[in-house]
Parts: sequence; structure tokens; C-alpha cells
Amino acid sequence: MNVKSKEVYRKMTGRKYLFLLSILVAIFLTFILDIMTGPASLSAKEVISTIFFPAYSERSVQVIVWTFRLPVALMAVVTGITLGLAGANMQTILDNPLASPYTLGISAAAGFGAAMAIVFGVGVLPFAETLFVPVNAFVFSLLSCMAIYGIARFKRATSETIVLTGIAVLFLFDSLLALLEYTANPEQVQAIVFWLFGSLTKTTWTTLGITVGIVLLVIPLLAIDVWKLTALRLGDDKAKSLGVNVERMRLKGLILVSVLTSTAVAFVGTIGFIGLVAPHIARMLVGEDHRYFLPFSALSGAFILSTASVLSKVVVPGIIFPIGILTSLIGIPFFVWLLLYKKRGYW
Amino acid sequence: MKLEIKNLKFGYNSTPVLKSVNMVAEPMVTAIIGPNAVGKSTLLKCICGILKAEGSIVFNGKDLKEYRKDEVIKTISYLPQESSTSAVMTVLEATMLGKINSLGWRIKDEDLSASMDTLEKLGIEDLAMRPMNELSGGQKQMVSIAQSIIRKPKVLLMDEPTNSLDLQRQLELFDVIQTITEDNGMTTVVALHDLNLAARYAGNVVLMNGGKVVASGSPASVITEAMIRKVYGVNARVTLDGEGIPQVIPINSTRKCRIKKAITG
Repeated sequence: MNVKSKEVYRKMTGRKYLFLLSILVAIFLTFILDIMTGPASLSAKEVISTIFFPAYSERSVQVIVWTFRLPVALMAVVTGITLGLAGANMQTILDNPLASPYTLGISAAAGFGAAMAIVFGVGVLPFAETLFVPVNAFVFSLLSCMAIYGIARFKRATSETIVLTGIAVLFLFDSLLALLEYTANPEQVQAIVFWLFGSLTKTTWTTLGITVGIVLLVIPLLAIDVWKLTALRLGDDKAKSLGVNVERMRLKGLILVSVLTSTAVAFVGTIGFIGLVAPHIARMLVGEDHRYFLPFSALSGAFILSTASVLSKVVVPGIIFPIGILTSLIGIPFFVWLLLYKKRGYW
Repeated sequence: MKLEIKNLKFGYNSTPVLKSVNMVAEPMVTAIIGPNAVGKSTLLKCICGILKAEGSIVFNGKDLKEYRKDEVIKTISYLPQESSTSAVMTVLEATMLGKINSLGWRIKDEDLSASMDTLEKLGIEDLAMRPMNELSGGQKQMVSIAQSIIRKPKVLLMDEPTNSLDLQRQLELFDVIQTITEDNGMTTVVALHDLNLAARYAGNVVLMNGGKVVASGSPASVITEAMIRKVYGVNARVTLDGEGIPQVIPINSTRKCRIKKAITG
């Protein structure tokens, strides 16, 4: 037994666990802060005691916390996890730092699918009417993923081609959405526009439950592939020589990305840049061993969206600012910084 | 343990690249040489199973088609021409990936120990904690070798491992390759452009041209002035050093340079 190996490994993983613990604490703090802020301010003590001992709280505080703010605050965390995971997985399988559901048009496709359900009240698959919006979002996001995948496979497209295809997909669905808005009546347009801004306020315990269920379903499917995903980062040929079925991994990954993105888009609307930024933060802090990279990307996403949820209530007092606009406003400068100052060759 | 390649054929779409390749590699360093686009890289990819070719690849008397997939992965290790430069992971993590099939959520002590032992064997244990994206080209190549030999393969395939390395690093790298090949009784096959490196470090040289093996044998028997003129279209002087190893000094191209012709008329 090489004694030094254990010591080196402990030092390496210790640092990563410290980061994981720190972000968990940060998420807990923003989560509590998210429930505290709103038209009626609550203290941290009130929030915590109402969550854990609701029977001992005032009825009005109980209603504010349990009916209005808790599902929203939880949805912020869970949607952040969803988008963080989708972005991390996408960047790995497409081997591209600019890949994310938002930049490659998958969110736009899901948005178009959902808007179609809102305007025409029809679903592309024969599901119950209540599921038209999420199912349409899923079908269109899957279509866009497959288009990107198809181009990526076609004559071994380069990373740049994939991004450009994604941009084409983004423009295509943005145009289709504009066409849909053009044909819709004013009420429908208002519904689409409000919904596209991205908002957590529509959250109910049911939509939260579905989102949590989907995330819980996807996590084990990603967890069994952590080493294969890590190996993908060494390049296709190396991964193949290690026995990784690269094509199957890509296909599976894109389906999972579609499921995650469409869930987020269907229930919360289009939330930009979290899927792009969260994996980069994770990469810088814990590296790309996917046992740490995936959870940290998910938690970074949760932290960003939870923080954005708090900010959305305090930016303009008395008004809940659309969260999608806020994440884009925070995300764009970060994105530009990322492009201009790629420190120490992180990708 | 011999690696025998019999009648191997492969093409991309309808373009044939390997046209009935036959060769034998013994437990030593075998260099595959030849001009660009003659199928050297394709041959290595076919041997390790990344590309599916017609014909047979026999190792230790058994066709690779009869091996289980995990047995092939355990037996053959392949180092592609371009190793990833952007992966953000430590050297120790990257080395461990070589044993991907035995890795779980919790790293076993034996895998950890094997990783460190391999780094120590290559003299790069000080790099264990360093991120891959901060290493130099030579250091990255050493880590790739560590990743390849950690599972103690019987066949090591390397595609242009000295690309982008300076002269000193090239020699150091081949010293390492030669030592691990001898120590572990491995069959190492290296695709190379540098004829002098092939001559100095390979026990057997295989010359490819037009998707076929056109010569094979000792470096002195394959690397000759006549061969270089015929296959590479280059006039060169080949002398044998004190150990009988050929040394190649290129002189000029046998084809009149088009640019020169355009300038001088």
C-alpha cells in the first residue's frame, strides 16, 4: 500500500468537501432569506420555527410561509439544480464550454412548445390537457437536442459547428415564437410574454413535486455514469479506448438534458445562463471529476437561482421582478468575463 | 506474447485506408513509420477496437474477437495522437481513470495505491496534486502514459507520442517507453514520423505505404537511403553509428518544389 497516495488523495478531496459544505450552507442561508423577504417581512427565527414547528406559529405566518413562500423558495433551489445539472451534462457530452440549454436554443425550443400549448391549447402528443405545456416543452426540447446531436455526428462536426447549430436552433425557435405571438390574441400574448420572462411565483406544491420527482429520477441515471462522463473529458478516442460507448453516452445525455430543461421551462419559464455559468463555477472550484463536478454544478445552480429569487423581490420594492431577466442580467457579464479572462486554461 | 495482424482492411466511407495489412509485433518496441495518410493512426485504432476492421488481430494465439470487451480493454491500452488539453482534473485523478472499470463512488485503496505507484515509476509523483490544465505538453504526455500503463496492459499502442515535445523530452519519453516495455514484457507499437527516434528505440520497424506494410524488420534493414527516396521522396544520407543504429540526415526532396519552381520559373 502506497501511504503517500492516501495522504495526497485526502488532501485533494478534503478541499472539495469543504467547497461542497460551504455551498450547502450558502444555499441554506439564501433559502431562509428567500422565505424571509417579501411584502410582509419575516424574521429568520419566525421562518425556521414555522417550517419545523408550524403548529406553534401564528396562522398568518403559517399561511405566508407554507402556502406562498416555501414552495417558491424550494422551486428556486430545485430549478437551479435542474439547470445546473443540464448545463454540466451538456458541456461534457458536447465537449463545449459554451453549451447550455439556453445558449444552444433548447430552452427556446421548449418555450416554443409550451407557448403552442398556451395559444392553441393543443399538445403534440395525446396527453391529458393539464400536461400539454410540459409535454410540448419536452418534445420540442428533445427535437432541438436531436438536431444538434445530428449535426454533431454529421461528418464529425467541430465544437464550433455545434455552437453555431445551437444558435441556428435558437433563432429558429425565437422566430417561430414571434410568429405564434403575431397570430395570438392580446391575452394570449400577455400570457406567453409573462411566462417567458421566467417566474417562480406560479409554483404550487404539485409543480414542485413533479420537478423534484424528475430530478430524483435523473440523478441516479447520471450518477451511474460519473466515471464515463469524466473519461469523456479526455477526448473521444481516449474514452472509447477505455471502453466508453461515446455515442450512447451522448444520446443518453441529450435525452436527460431535454427532460431537465423542459421540466424547468414548463414550470418556471425561460431562465437563462444558469446552465452555462454553474458548471464553470464548479469546474474552477472542484474540477471535472464528475463525482464532484455534477453535484457542485447542481448546487451552484441552486445557489444562483435562490439568490436571484431574493434579489427579484428587493430590486424594485413592492414588485417581484421577473427572475429570468435577472439571471440574464447577472449571467451576461459573467459570460463575457469568462470569454475574456479564461484563467489558467479552464477549458 | 505476439500480436499478429492478418489481412486487415478498413476504409472511411468508400475510401479504403488499410488494404490488407499484415504484420507481427513481438514483446518489444515496434515502430510503424511511413509518410502522412498511409494509415498508421487508422491501424492503431483498428487494433484497439475503436474502429471495426475486416481481417483478424490475434494476440497470444487468440483472435481479439474472441476476447470479452473488458478483456480487450485490460489487455490493450491506446494513447491517441491528441491528448485532451482542457480537462480540469488533477494528475492523480487522470491517472486513476486508466482503471475506469474498477472505479466506483468510493475509491479503493488499491486503485489509489496503483495510481501513485505508477506516477512514482515514471518519476512524476510530485505532479499528483497538479491540475492537468496547468501542465506542459511533455508532462501531459507522461500522465497519459501513466494512465495507459496503470492497468498493466500487455499491448501498448501510441500514436505520435512525441508530437509537440522538444528534443530532450522526446528522448526522455522514449527512454521511459523502452524501460516499461522491457520491465513488463509489453508489446509496444508506436506510430512515428521521426525516423531517427524509430531507429534508436525500436527493435522492429514496420514501414507502411499506400495502406499496406511494405517492409518490416530491424531498423538497419528497413531505414535505408533507397527506402527513404522511394517511399518519402527524399534524398537522405543514412549512416550506421557504433551500435549499428541508422542515422538519417535528410538532404532534399526528389520532387521539384512547386513554390521554388513558381519563383524561379
